[in-house]
Amino acid sequence: MDWGFILSNTAAQLLSPATFAFALAAMGLALHFGFAGLLNFGVAGFMAIGAYGYAISMLTFGLAWWGGLLVGIIGAVLFAIVLGIPTLRLRGDYLAIVTIAAAEIVRLLFLTTAFTEVTGSADGLSGYHASFRGSNPFAPGTYGFGPWQYNEIDLWVLTVGLTILIIATLFVWRIVKSPWGRVLKGIREDEDAVRALGKNVFAYKMQALIIGGVIAALGGFVYALPSAVSPGVYVTSLTFFVWTALLLGGAATVFGPILGAVIFWVLQAFLTNVLPELVKAGPLDFLTSQQSSTIRFILVGVGLMLIVIYRPQGIFGDKKELTFVK
Amino acid sequence: MRSSLPMARKKLSKGFIVLFLALVSALAGHPAYADSVGDEFKDRISGNVQFEGTPLEGVLIKVSGQGYEAEVVTDAEGKWRVGVPSKGDYQVTLVEDTLPEGIAVLEGGSTQLVTVGPGGRVSKNFFIGEGERITVSLTDQVVARVIYGLNFGLMLALAAIGLSLVFGTTGLSNFAHSEMVTFGAIISLILVNVISVPILLALPLAVVISGLMGWGLDAGLWTPLRRKGLGLVQLMIVSIGLSLAARYVYQFIIGGGTEQLPGATAPKMQLFGAVVLSWVDIASMAISLVAILFFAYWLIFTKIGKATRAISDNASLAAASGIDVDRVIRIVWILAAALAGLAGILWAYFRPGIKWDMGAQILLLIFAAVTLGGLGTAFGALLGALIVGVLIETSALIIPNDLKYVGALVVLIVILLFRPQGILGKKERIG
Repeated sequence: MDWGFILSNTAAQLLSPATFAFALAAMGLALHFGFAGLLNFGVAGFMAIGAYGYAISMLTFGLAWWGGLLVGIIGAVLFAIVLGIPTLRLRGDYLAIVTIAAAEIVRLLFLTTAFTEVTGSADGLSGYHASFRGSNPFAPGTYGFGPWQYNEIDLWVLTVGLTILIIATLFVWRIVKSPWGRVLKGIREDEDAVRALGKNVFAYKMQALIIGGVIAALGGFVYALPSAVSPGVYVTSLTFFVWTALLLGGAATVFGPILGAVIFWVLQAFLTNVLPELVKAGPLDFLTSQQSSTIRFILVGVGLMLIVIYRPQGIFGDKKELTFVK
Repeated sequence: MRSSLPMARKKLSKGFIVLFLALVSALAGHPAYADSVGDEFKDRISGNVQFEGTPLEGVLIKVSGQGYEAEVVTDAEGKWRVGVPSKGDYQVTLVEDTLPEGIAVLEGGSTQLVTVGPGGRVSKNFFIGEGERITVSLTDQVVARVIYGLNFGLMLALAAIGLSLVFGTTGLSNFAHSEMVTFGAIISLILVNVISVPILLALPLAVVISGLMGWGLDAGLWTPLRRKGLGLVQLMIVSIGLSLAARYVYQFIIGGGTEQLPGATAPKMQLFGAVVLSWVDIASMAISLVAILFFAYWLIFTKIGKATRAISDNASLAAASGIDVDRVIRIVWILAAALAGLAGILWAYFRPGIKWDMGAQILLLIFAAVTLGGLGTAFGALLGALIVGVLIETSALIIPNDLKYVGALVVLIVILLFRPQGILGKKERIG
């Protein structure tokens, strides 16, 4: 067992596009579920729109990379509006079912062979990096130290990902402390009371859905930055993984989503590296290597159950501010 | 009059196509439809479409293969030419709809395989003549699709009824229901393949074991959590965690591949019209019907069934009038799990094949059926499932096959727009 190698790989996951992407998606979801009480199970759909919006704008329409980013954002706004109009007046679990269905519709539309020329169908999209890498300010070379060593492309991807994450975090931190954020929390606790105060509950929910959706789409964009867009990624399980990360950190907190995403990915990286080694080295040699990689997903499911049962407020959360009202 | 109308429309559409072509070629810089495409490639497939010596103009030819696709239309001499990027096998299709009336490809079908060899130039001619195109009338196709849809819908109903009953009595949107479906299929696989139980005994046994699993889930997980006072949203997310964990436990046990139960590849028979079914399909429909009738009898006439409906209507009132709510909920879980297990076995034959995520593939369709019929109403779930099943199969006539689930999901959203309580639901349920 090469513990140095395992720990180095695990530590590298701390700063990775996947971690940033999950943190962004969980941040958007925190605004939806943690602050507004909206049961959005369509996170994967928002992320897919961010990722495909970025890739398609460049491959099909020849936009620059920031143009692709903008298209993804606009796509997320439209998706949120289309999703919100029929469902925001309904009870929570209806919203859950409709959002999960809408995300699946989005995925199937990207997967179908009817639009292969634009979406790449089951192969997904790749080779859209020219514009992004062309605007790379870093000179070629190796940067960093220890487990965190990057070439100029990786560094540029990480810089953009981290910048977006910081901006999103500051933004969310600011708005949930504002009067707007207080109304949102009021809606979560008691919608009727807020309505009785003369607030337009539907408009507030819609705004939360749009802002959170855009942040989740930014997560999809960061996810697509380093390599490729594949429809197999944006499945319902992705939504559930983001939920796990969010609930782990604390749904009604600003920094909980980041912490949750980091723990989620660092644990995943650790298990990915350590389980096959344990199979090779002996203690788990009754397992096949495929079985050993399945274990970490079983643990995600079990972990999600345990968090919700025993610590529903998450690591950072305040028990008084339980998000599971009703 | 009747004949002149389509003519006019044809002319119009031709004019439109010409305009469209002009647009496309202006945009793309090269013609999309022409007698010759892909001139930049060295290798090519060419041909000549003639009927009794007369060249046929405007016949659409499609070439696909080696990751390349092209379309070409024959010129005034009936000739066409398609450049291809590499040597190898290509499918060449003559689109029969573009042939004059009463003429068809007589030998080898309208799609034929062409191999571009070392020479790099191949000619491909279709043998065409007067003949009937082998087509199935639209009515026959619709009838066949409706029957396939009913088959699928009945299977879906078994799963949907259980989900709806659990929702009605406990308020839980159980995302792990899909894994209860997979459970039935995997248990029967284990019984047949590992313990070598004869199939006719294994399948009922798998349904019984599924029921036991439902009992275990309620006794070991859901009742304690209800006692602990977890909210409905919390319970729902617990069910998501359970769904994930169970799904990957299945993958852990049977691996990522597809396994078959005996009889899954039973030969298909032409029944009537365009309806092609195997005896397994027919047996599957019969079993679903019997199970649903048994369930309906149980829900309407037995004491427990009445108690179930009472709890669905108003749990506190039911408890106050002396119904043992916990006991009824226990029975509902057993029944829901058994029905889900049966649905899993039938789904394994319908797909066909047993895979670790087979239940998750239809979870949203089950939810669509339940929501469409009205959350918490058992007969609504049945109705919703049949509608979803038929809708999916018939919509595949119009939209691409890989988008047929999209239709059902869109309907789910549209229904929520106009009648959120579902077909049989009561208005106050949505609160």
